[in-house]
Amino acid sequence: MRRLAGVGLLVLLLALPWMINPYAISTVTRILVIGLLAISVNLLTGVTGLPTLGQSAYFGIGAYTGAIVSTTLTDVGPVQMLIAAVAATVAAAVTGPVAMRARGVSFLMITLAIGEIAYVAARRLDITHGTDGYAGIPPVVPLPGLPALRLEGLVYYYVLGGFLLVFALVMLLLRSPFGLALRGLRDNESRLRAVGYPTSRFGVAIYCIAGGIAGVAGSLWTSAQQFVAPGDMGFSVAALALLAVVIGGLGSMWGSVVGAGLVVLTQDYIGGYLAGYGTLLLGILFVLVVYLLPRGIAGLSLPKKVGA
Amino acid sequence: MLGWFDANVVSMIDGVAYGLLLFTLAVGLSLIFGMMDVLNLAHGTLYLIGAYAAYALSDGSWLGLLLALVVGVLVGVAGGGVLAALTQPLAQRGHLDQALLTLGIAFIASDIFSKIFGSEVLPISVPSQVAGSVTVFGQVYPVYRLLFIAIAGGLALMVYLLFERSSLGALVRATVADRDMVRASGVDTRVVMFGVFAFGAALAALGGVLGAPILAPGPSVDETVLVLSLVVIVVGGLGSVTGALLGALLIGQVQTLGVALMPVYAPFLIFGAMLLVLAWRPQGLVSLVGRS
Repeated sequence: MRRLAGVGLLVLLLALPWMINPYAISTVTRILVIGLLAISVNLLTGVTGLPTLGQSAYFGIGAYTGAIVSTTLTDVGPVQMLIAAVAATVAAAVTGPVAMRARGVSFLMITLAIGEIAYVAARRLDITHGTDGYAGIPPVVPLPGLPALRLEGLVYYYVLGGFLLVFALVMLLLRSPFGLALRGLRDNESRLRAVGYPTSRFGVAIYCIAGGIAGVAGSLWTSAQQFVAPGDMGFSVAALALLAVVIGGLGSMWGSVVGAGLVVLTQDYIGGYLAGYGTLLLGILFVLVVYLLPRGIAGLSLPKKVGA
Repeated sequence: MLGWFDANVVSMIDGVAYGLLLFTLAVGLSLIFGMMDVLNLAHGTLYLIGAYAAYALSDGSWLGLLLALVVGVLVGVAGGGVLAALTQPLAQRGHLDQALLTLGIAFIASDIFSKIFGSEVLPISVPSQVAGSVTVFGQVYPVYRLLFIAIAGGLALMVYLLFERSSLGALVRATVADRDMVRASGVDTRVVMFGVFAFGAALAALGGVLGAPILAPGPSVDETVLVLSLVVIVVGGLGSVTGALLGALLIGQVQTLGVALMPVYAPFLIFGAMLLVLAWRPQGLVSLVGRS
């Protein structure tokens, strides 16, 4: 049943460019990208129990790396994606051990500081073109030899490809012994350490993996928008991703993507009618979610089960 | 060395002013966190309440400043009470929900502020007697900032004495250390918690009124002061007044000297300071002075 639903969803995603207009398709593209970012937040917050507001930093590093690679090295998308993932992973490997000195809300504080510092740096550095933003990014080439993708529908397929690849890898990771150990880290770290697991090293490892995923999402963002600005990695992006995770339910990966969908649609459509009240709307959404959806959408129908 | 000192002494005095400003925020944030495990992400909003009160009421006279102080602190305390009342029912639900709730409130408040006060950074007038400049170590320096350092320094001393040397402070420290034990000894800890929340909010709003001429109110200022205060309490040590003061003075120096000496890399310097302290003393600088 579950598999059938998955196949049906995949067919729907593939057929989507024939069913809706280009503007709506670009919205779905953004949902997939923010969904990937939310998955990286969920790996830390939901699965491992490390609440984070700093994934926007690695998202931004991936986005800017993608932009720099596309303008100076190659317009082949997968290469940009790979280099962006490596850059974001390296950044996470440098910053992760600092954040892993803390747990719980202190972890949240440190990651928030990391996100904000990265944002301020993006505004000040020359390599990111400061507050002007990074423009002039060429259309993405999906594979060497193929033509560049200029239509919204084709860019969507490229993003969908990257999304599905990462999603599948995350599913494999969660089913592995390492994935189980991460949940142990969340539920009872001292017991896990007592039976001999190097818990801090596991924490840093998942921090790097989540950073890499956020980097891939950033590179896809650059390919889809062909423009990166510091605002793309601001505090509100991190807050939105965390909101998407909480809406979708902690630990549920598909829930995070649905949550990202709700958040992006709320911003795009309802925010369009209430122009200028976007922040207010977002704040109200936060308050409503906390009071009304304590376990997220995934908690509404399913028993509390983590992983799927 | 002496030449370097001469050139940067103004930045260092600025760093003290900035650090004391951060202390007024960080101490409330830290105690609220230490006591209730509530990370109040709307703490920057309380600063903005004070700062906007200064913009609206402080017209360059002492009376105006006093009025701004009274109104700002009262509204700040009311805001703190609302935040405490809203987060209290979520106490059983874990930290993340409380953080998200206060984040939502911060978003709502920042939208309301920008509707009322616009999206510009607003200039704040100070009483005309202290609006000028004096010469300090051969450099021109605003009188108001010296006054601010004196007032905020006195305030920091008062808060320190209150929390570390009075019996009321002992009760608060005991509640931070072991809430259940304090409750078991017959104290209504909810009153202590509301009191600390209100006190922390009042200090943040007070910092906003007095600090507005130094860090003027505007959009995303709440975020800036929140992040810096978070760094301060991570560096200083959670739930401790001494820690907040040590952290605030250090981060104030790193921030102003960093901006003066290497503006592009200033944000990395703050992170670097946090990294060094966490690697060296994970419990924060307060563990150097014995009590943590």
